[in-house]
Amino acid sequence: MRILVAMSGGVDSSVAAALMKDQGHDVIGVTLKLWSGPGGEAPTAGCCTVSDAEDARRVAAELKIPYYVLDHVDDFRDGVVDRFVHDYASGLTPNPCIECNRTVKFDRLLHRLGDFDCDVLVTGHHARSRETDGVWHLLRGTDQAKDQSYVLSMLTQVELSSTRFPVGELTKREVRQIAADMGMRSAHKPESMDICFVGDGDYRGFLEETAPEVFTPGLLVDTAGNEMGQHTGIVGFTVGQRRGLGVAVGEPRFVVRIDLESSTVVLGSRDDLLVSGVELSDITWTDGVPGMGDVLAQYRAHGNPVAASLAGTTLMFEEPQMAIAPGQTVAFYDGERVLGGALIAHTNL
Amino acid sequence: MIYLDHAATTPMHPEVWDAMSPYGAAIFGNSSGVHEVSRQAKNALEEARERVAGMLGARPMEIVFTSGGTESDNLALKGAAWSPRDRSGVVAVATEHEAILETVDVLRRFGGPTVIVEVDNEGFVDSDAIVGAIDPSTAVVSVMLVNNETGLIQDVGAIAKAVKESDSDVYVHTDAVQGFASEEIDVNALNVDMMTITAHKFGGPKGTGLLYVREGTVLEPVLHGGGQELGRRSGTHDVAGVVGLARAMELAVANRERFRSQVGEIRDDFERRLIAGVDDVMLNTPHFGRSSHHLNIRIPGVRNETLLMRLDQRGVAASAGSACQSGAAKVSHVLEARGLTPDQARESVRFSFGWTSTMDDAVEAADIIVELVEKLR
Repeated sequence: MRILVAMSGGVDSSVAAALMKDQGHDVIGVTLKLWSGPGGEAPTAGCCTVSDAEDARRVAAELKIPYYVLDHVDDFRDGVVDRFVHDYASGLTPNPCIECNRTVKFDRLLHRLGDFDCDVLVTGHHARSRETDGVWHLLRGTDQAKDQSYVLSMLTQVELSSTRFPVGELTKREVRQIAADMGMRSAHKPESMDICFVGDGDYRGFLEETAPEVFTPGLLVDTAGNEMGQHTGIVGFTVGQRRGLGVAVGEPRFVVRIDLESSTVVLGSRDDLLVSGVELSDITWTDGVPGMGDVLAQYRAHGNPVAASLAGTTLMFEEPQMAIAPGQTVAFYDGERVLGGALIAHTNL
Repeated sequence: MIYLDHAATTPMHPEVWDAMSPYGAAIFGNSSGVHEVSRQAKNALEEARERVAGMLGARPMEIVFTSGGTESDNLALKGAAWSPRDRSGVVAVATEHEAILETVDVLRRFGGPTVIVEVDNEGFVDSDAIVGAIDPSTAVVSVMLVNNETGLIQDVGAIAKAVKESDSDVYVHTDAVQGFASEEIDVNALNVDMMTITAHKFGGPKGTGLLYVREGTVLEPVLHGGGQELGRRSGTHDVAGVVGLARAMELAVANRERFRSQVGEIRDDFERRLIAGVDDVMLNTPHFGRSSHHLNIRIPGVRNETLLMRLDQRGVAASAGSACQSGAAKVSHVLEARGLTPDQARESVRFSFGWTSTMDDAVEAADIIVELVEKLR
C-alpha cells in the first residue's frame, strides 16, 4: 500500500512510520504546519514546534522516506484556534486537540490522501482499529494507560476505513524500545502536554493577547448569589477550577457554573460540582448505528467510563459525576470498543 | 532527477571546483597576513577581484566580496541608510527579494523613512512612480534586475537614469542575482551605484557573492571588525569562494549568448508543451520583458504544494518560488503584488532552467506534469 504518515516528531508517529516501512509499504511522511505566531514564527513549546518538525524530518531521512511539511495554518486557525477562542468566550471548556483531530487531521489531511496517491493515513495514536464484515471498529489502545481512543471518538466509517493506528497494538514501553533499537533520536523524548499554540500552558494569557474583546468583567458569587469578588472576564474559567480564583475563604471553593449572559462565575463547594446529567451535541457513531439506552460514557481523556442512560441528546448518569464542563467531549464505550462520541452542550439537568 | 529549480541554486561547475581546490588545504593562508602562504592567498584574491571587476565594467576597488546575495542586499540598503550623509530613507519595489524587503522593514522599525513602490498587473514598476517616491531624505533606491520568482526584467537602466536626473545624490542599487547568467551586465550601462551578485546562481559556490560599490559611494559597514575590503566588509576572506566566484563568472560570461539561446529554447519548448497539454494554464510573466530561464505558471485547480510533492515523487525538482525554512510553501508576495489572490498564488509554480538543463529533460518533465495535473484535477 501507499501510506501517508502524519509525523509530529514524537516517538509514537516516528515508530508508526518505521513499522509501515518495515512492512514493505511505500511510505510518505508529512508534518502539518498548523500554527505560527504574529510574525509567522513557528512555536517553540508544546507540540508542532520547529524542533519537532526537525525531529520528524530526521526520522524520515533515517527511514529513507520522502518527507514534506504541509501548510494547514489557515485550516487550523479557522477550525481550531478561532473555535477555541469562541468557545471560551461562550463559557465552554474546549479541547482544541480533539478539534484538531476532527477538523484538520481526519478531515483536511485525510481528504488529501489522493493528492499523494496514497491509500491510507497512519497516525501515532494509541488506539486500534479492526475490520469485521466490512465494518470498521475503533478499540482502545493495547496500553490502557496511554489509550487515546477518547480523542478519536468522533471518527466514523469514512475516516476509520482509510486510517490505521499501528502503535495502538503496542505498549508505550514497546514503542520506546523499538525507537531505541533503531537509534531514533525521539526514543526518549518527553511527551508533549501543552496546547501547541499556547506556549507555556497559560491559555488565559493567550486569550487576553489574541482576543481581548471577549473579556467582559463580572462578578464571582456563591451559590446563593452573594458577591464574593470580581473578575476581568469569564474567559479562561473552567468548571471544577480551584486555583486562581482570587477569593480567600476558609473552605475550598470551586467554579461550579459560568453564566454567560451576566458574565457571572458561580463558586461553590465540592458537592456543588456534582452533575446528574448532560445535554449533548455533535453526536457521532463509529459504525453509523445510533446507540440508545444504557451506555458507558467517558468524559475525560484519562477517566473511567461510567454507567449512564442516553435518550435523544440527553445523557443521565447513574451516579452524579464531579466537575463536568460544557465543551468537553464524551466518548461512548462497549468494553474495549468505541461506539461514538459527542460534545457536552449543557450540564446539570 | 530532472532539476528545474536553477533559480533556487545551481550545481557547481566542475571547473569552478577545480579552480577553488588549491585554496583549501594548500594555499590556506589568511590573505591579510605577512607571510608567504598569506601572500599567495592575497594574490589569488586580488587577481580574482580584477577579473571580476573587468567583467562588470567596474574598477577592482569597487568590488566588495561578501557571503552572498542576502549580505550584499543588506549592505547596500543598511550601509546607505546608516552612512554619515543626511539621508536615511529607502525606496524599494514591492516585488523585491525578501533580503531587500525584510531589510527595508528593519530600517522602517528603526525609524527610517521607507517607501514600497507597487507594480502594475504585469509586474513592471513605473520609473515615474519610483521618482515620485523619492524625497530629500532618500538615501537609496533598490530595483531588482531579474525577478527571482517570475523572471520579469525591470528596466533598471532607465529607472536609474530617471532617479539620477531627479536627484543625483540618491544611490541606486540593483539586485542582479538572477540575471548574471543571461543578461549583459555592465554597471555603467545600468547606471547603478551598487549591484548585488551571488555565485551559486550560475555554477559557483554557495556563500560567496559581491556588492559592486561605485567609487564615491558612502556606506556604513554592516560587519565591523578587522577592516578587510577597505573597511567596507570585515571578516577573513573566503579566498577559495572568491576564486570560485570569479571562475563561475568567467564561464557564465563566455557562455552567455549560448545560454540565452539554448536555455531559452528549452524553456520555450517546455512552456509550449504545458500550454498544449494543460487546460487553462496561465502565465505569471508577460512574454515581453522576461528572462530566458524562468517560467512561472498558474494551473487553476491544482494546489502548488501538492503538485510540487508529486513532482518530487517522480524525480522532478521545481518550486513555488518562495518557501519557509521548514519547506512549507508560502503565498508569494511577488504574485500578490501583481494582483493574484492568495488562492491563485497557491496554484502557481516556478520552473527555472540553467547550465545543466537539456531538451530531453524538459520534454520528460512536461509529460509528467501534464499527466499529474490530469490526475490531480
